[in-house]
Amino acid sequence: MNDITMGTANLPSASHAAGKPAPHSGKLKAVNLNFYYGAYQALHGITLEVPANRITALIGPSGCGKSTFLRTLNRISETIGNTRVEGQVLLDDEDVLSVDVTTLRRRVGMVFQKSNPFPKSIFDNVAYGLKVNGFRGSLKDAVEHSLKRAALWEEVKDKLHKSAYAISGGQQQRLCIARALAVDPEVLLLDEPCSALDPIATAKIEDLLFTLKDQCTIVIVTHNMQQAARVADRTGFFLLGKLIEYNTTEVIFKNPTKQETEDYITGRFG
Amino acid sequence: MATSSPVSAPPPRGARVWFGRLRNGDEVARLVTLAFACTILVVTVGLIFQLWATSALPRHKFGFGFLTSSQWNPVTGEFGALPFIYGTVVTSVLALLIAVPLGVGAAIFLAELAPPRISSTFTFFIELLAAVPSVIYGLLAFFALVPIMRDYVEPFLKRTLGFLGIFSGTIFGLGYLTAGVILAIMTLPFIISISREALLEVPTEQREAALALGATRWESTWQAVVPYARLGIFGSVFLGLARALGETMAVTMVIGNDPKVHESLFALGYSIAAIVANEFSEATTDLHVQSLVLLGLVLFLLTIVINALARLLIIATARRGSS
Amino acid sequence: MTLRNRWRKILSYMMLSLTGVCAVVAVATLFLILGYLVYNGWRSIDWNFFTQLSKPAGEAGGGMKNAIVGSFQIILLATAIGLPVGFLAGVYLAEFGGKTFAFLVRYMADLLNGVPSIVIGIFAYAVVVVPMHGNSAWAGGLALSLILIPITARSTEQFMTSVPQTLREGALALGASKWKTIATVVVPAAYRGIATGMILGVARIAGETAPLLFTSGNSDNMNGLNQPTASLPVMIFYRALSPYDDWHRQAWAAGMVLLLLVLFANIAARLILSRGIAVQK
Repeated sequence: MNDITMGTANLPSASHAAGKPAPHSGKLKAVNLNFYYGAYQALHGITLEVPANRITALIGPSGCGKSTFLRTLNRISETIGNTRVEGQVLLDDEDVLSVDVTTLRRRVGMVFQKSNPFPKSIFDNVAYGLKVNGFRGSLKDAVEHSLKRAALWEEVKDKLHKSAYAISGGQQQRLCIARALAVDPEVLLLDEPCSALDPIATAKIEDLLFTLKDQCTIVIVTHNMQQAARVADRTGFFLLGKLIEYNTTEVIFKNPTKQETEDYITGRFG
Repeated sequence: MATSSPVSAPPPRGARVWFGRLRNGDEVARLVTLAFACTILVVTVGLIFQLWATSALPRHKFGFGFLTSSQWNPVTGEFGALPFIYGTVVTSVLALLIAVPLGVGAAIFLAELAPPRISSTFTFFIELLAAVPSVIYGLLAFFALVPIMRDYVEPFLKRTLGFLGIFSGTIFGLGYLTAGVILAIMTLPFIISISREALLEVPTEQREAALALGATRWESTWQAVVPYARLGIFGSVFLGLARALGETMAVTMVIGNDPKVHESLFALGYSIAAIVANEFSEATTDLHVQSLVLLGLVLFLLTIVINALARLLIIATARRGSS
Repeated sequence: MTLRNRWRKILSYMMLSLTGVCAVVAVATLFLILGYLVYNGWRSIDWNFFTQLSKPAGEAGGGMKNAIVGSFQIILLATAIGLPVGFLAGVYLAEFGGKTFAFLVRYMADLLNGVPSIVIGIFAYAVVVVPMHGNSAWAGGLALSLILIPITARSTEQFMTSVPQTLREGALALGASKWKTIATVVVPAAYRGIATGMILGVARIAGETAPLLFTSGNSDNMNGLNQPTASLPVMIFYRALSPYDDWHRQAWAAGMVLLLLVLFANIAARLILSRGIAVQK
């Protein structure tokens, strides 16, 4: 499963994965994480463990810090100047700050809120991560495999050399997922990936996530509570830069322990 | 779960090799591009230094008197900048007097009245005017404009307004007025282009407010829209001025090359850029050469100040637009 | 309608028509210039123009081969120096610039952009012609490159900054290093604008005369790069002001050729820019 081989068109469905127990230690952990934009503190003491091969959702109202938190996980938050991190983020118990950042980002992939394919062909988009990381195998096979994993192959297989902008918004987002998957990340971070898409495209991506979690740990930020309820195994609720509550999705939505969580779920604000 | 080594070794995944030494690449890229960015600083500083150093002789000999003296005599070694400063300023002001009304008028048409297709097509052509080389303007001015000025325009002005000192005296065809006209044509595209953009930035609400109060189209344009954009329009005027001050070839070819101050616009005169263009390669004595360099320094300072003012005004417009 | 209102309406109509006249006059000027040049230049151009060297005063005939070749040499030198330096400086400003230093560089670049080209010529004279004890294509090329560098730097910066940050983040998130992101994603995304800026810059220096007058000078021959070198704009200047009709005709021909080249480059560049949307917004 880990090697890039000629995969079959059929991928295991979500129902198979449901019975597997979560591993003992978290794949990705935040320990007392504080994050500052200049003098402003955006995240306060975030501690949570993301289990391997599960989908973890982060919800909360606008500006609560969930996207900021996501972006510290692959250190893409560093690209804006004047930011500071205190505390730790651990990938397989290794501090991400001590790992070479380009290697980290190959292992922890990201899909952005608005799809951002490069102004290149579909093929070159998917192949980009592979080329940049020095892939020595067959690009053609790897690209095909990624596009199949992203459930996009059938739709684009005869226009691989067309511009990535020639496909629809939903397809572009799946292209971005294929591009992220091409380098075989252990973790996939998705920052509100469906917020610019229609319900049909959204459903396709949610189905996709179910099929991917076997091979990948998924963290998804979403402002859509129903989406979190649909796809996530665990959910974390953020408010004003703090992690208010973090538990299995069922507990968060049916039986939250904190008043703020319940207020948000029932729509009293946000 | 076993901890992987602290060094960044990813678990082996199939038959792939990863390059790891990219961090150094970033530093190298930063340093290389930084070095090239530095050349801009080095050149600018070098330019100022060179102008200052190579004008030492006349600066020490004449001091500030250089700016007020009208003597320009390579034989006796007397050099003064006044006729050239005068010529530069007169021709540039003339150019603006002609180009600003014409240019702002055209900009108003393009920004307010013309349908988008016409507006962009016209603007495209007008911006091409800015690309015409100075020597081509000079060529045209010398062969086509000078006869027109000599045979029609200047006699007409002398007949009608000859009681004014500026329109009296011998008519040559060359001289301040002709230089001013060709400079006006050269400055026009800049004024139109920048004023048009300033006018386009004016929010529609301004226009509509005036119209809703019963103003005519012209009144709303002239009394509501144009004042709102006035900073940008002034900016374009200063920019035009800066360019006119430094224009060399076209002016050199029609100004007449007389290093004296004259009241009449029909008279032959000189500009800073023109005399440097004409005499620099022929100058023999150090004092002569360095006096020309000093003229260049004066021009340099003049254009820097005007350009800075222009930029401030244009920035002020942009900022005002977003507030 | 009151008399006053009627007058206001008439005034409005008059003034607005007047602005239309101004715009038409401005556009007509371009076509007048072009027309006049083509009319006079076309009559004077023949094969000799391109194949013969220029003749000294008094001798009839000749062409502008040395000026064409000389211009080509000088522009080539200028672009070989100016484009890479300007491009890389622009990359620095767009991608690496710290606050103060980048501001300083930008300010100086804008300053240089506003310096009259004849002053640049003085600088090149002091820096190249004096040590070399004479005019040369090198001096002219350097002078022109000093004009090209700030234009290229600012336009490169402008187009690279307009590439959305999310494209950079997409590449970085895949494990690309910063310089690789710049080279393989940002520059390709901005290349149309950058290329346009370069073409326009080269077209601008192709027409520059003043700085060449005392750096590359003039010549009736084709000499080496270390020698005085003729160029089209300088030839036009000297020939136009001469007392010979023959030389006037040559000036027209050369002027037509120069103008057509410059306008062609400008139109081509603008079309490239407007045709292509390199990056989807």
